[in-house]
Amino acid sequence: MAPKSKSTKETVEDAGVEDVSMSEAPTSHQPNVEDDASMIDEGVEKEQEYDEEEEPEEEPQRVKLLPGSTPTAASFEFIDEGHTLGNALRYVIMKNPDVEFCAYAIPHPSEPKMNIRIQTWEGITAIQALEKGLKDLQELSDVVTEKFLAAKKDYAERVASA
Amino acid sequence: MKPPSAAELERRKIVSINAETVTDVTSTDYPGHYPGEDHVWDLETFRSGLRIEFHKNEPLEASFSVIGVDASIANAFRRIMIADVPTLAIETVFINNNTSVIQDEVLAHRLGLIPFKGGREGLHTFLKWKKKPAEGTDDNNLFDYNTVMLSLNVECTHNEDAAEGETDPNKLYRHASVYARDIVYEPIGRQGQYFSGDDIIAPVNPDILIAKLRPGQCIDLTMHMHKGVGSDHAKFSPVATASYRLLPTIDILKPILGPDAEKFARCFPRGVIALDKVTRQEAAQEGSGYEGHEGELKAVVADPMRDTVSRECLRHAEFEDKVKLGRRRDHFIYLIESSGQWDSDAIFLESIAHFKEKARKIEQQVINMVR
Repeated sequence: MAPKSKSTKETVEDAGVEDVSMSEAPTSHQPNVEDDASMIDEGVEKEQEYDEEEEPEEEPQRVKLLPGSTPTAASFEFIDEGHTLGNALRYVIMKNPDVEFCAYAIPHPSEPKMNIRIQTWEGITAIQALEKGLKDLQELSDVVTEKFLAAKKDYAERVASA
Repeated sequence: MKPPSAAELERRKIVSINAETVTDVTSTDYPGHYPGEDHVWDLETFRSGLRIEFHKNEPLEASFSVIGVDASIANAFRRIMIADVPTLAIETVFINNNTSVIQDEVLAHRLGLIPFKGGREGLHTFLKWKKKPAEGTDDNNLFDYNTVMLSLNVECTHNEDAAEGETDPNKLYRHASVYARDIVYEPIGRQGQYFSGDDIIAPVNPDILIAKLRPGQCIDLTMHMHKGVGSDHAKFSPVATASYRLLPTIDILKPILGPDAEKFARCFPRGVIALDKVTRQEAAQEGSGYEGHEGELKAVVADPMRDTVSRECLRHAEFEDKVKLGRRRDHFIYLIESSGQWDSDAIFLESIAHFKEKARKIEQQVINMVR
């Protein structure tokens, strides 16, 4: 939706025009663009009745770029995500010096949706900032796991020697 | 611009707690917040700043401090522990007969809330999610790897051995009370390999009262257990409690001496404030506030972790301007009480793994979106 190659200025104007042509309906009333890949392999499932290996089911697309986004200023909609990922992602994206602004919102509590707004300085796109944030969170998880296991071992030794 | 001093960095970490207000609540360690300072996300900086210390580690209760993370991360782990770590619980109850006074639906609800334990390997790796049957089909998707069968069959009868004049129903009748231990696990398929001996599927607490009966009444039902998550129903939550609090800080700014010191100590839970004697050196030091008080008692902070931050000390005029209360914004004291299916520390580890998996999946989604 947001072409990366264009300069910011052009795209801002383009987006303005595009915005009008795009559906003005709230996201909940826009047509769902989900691919129904999950429904196709119904017949296949029956054969592996006794085989508990989980088939790598194609997940429906849960992230989308909201209308009116430009390369350096974009809003993303996440389906089936909430404060858990929203706030953590917001934190780690805000830690990126190339990011001018980042915030998340849950537009309505009855809808399982979470929006993230990212505005970046020149030199990095909002999508790149989002990807970096998600990578950083995964690395962070590894460090916490590592430290937690070390602390657990330390404590067990301390208790054993006491 | 010179980098901030260690004292300044320490000061920034403190949330101030005043008599009626709380200030400096939000974290400020973002790039661009302080001129000339960087605060950029860096894994090695995070690694060197992160500290984890255990206070207690038992299967049903673990407490530890995670120091050096932001509230958003700490809170993500807490939320995942409560709502996203899967457990096995009774999901369907087939009632063949229930002549007790407790209604079918109430009984089924009570059964659902009973926490169960079993072989860890079987629970975490062998058992899988039960898939919802596809719409319009009567294929129920029940297999040994996604369903655990239980039964409960009790009938209340008179106890002929009861003493004359006995009035206690539990002695007068057999099965006057139905307990969780009366539930029988029925292995199917390969479940015997995983759930036998000590690893059998059984209630964590066998003494949970399910219903009360009188002679002639009976309960006869079978149950299906499935894996689920706490966001669907609280019965699937692996924890009774998963919470954190910030480490309290108590700064004594000016000496609190003599009877005041004893009163000060009583403003806090036991063990938080200790009473020491003013030493000769302290008394000799000019401007310390201890001059001429050698040998008197003074209040010192012994163990701020035990404080409840009641703010009682801020209500007394004699301590005004002498004490500053606060909490450390990046020191999270977790308390996790497992409901029995997982070890408490394993729940936290699982929450980290879950968090990582969440981020990984969304990253893939973002890549798909761009494509």
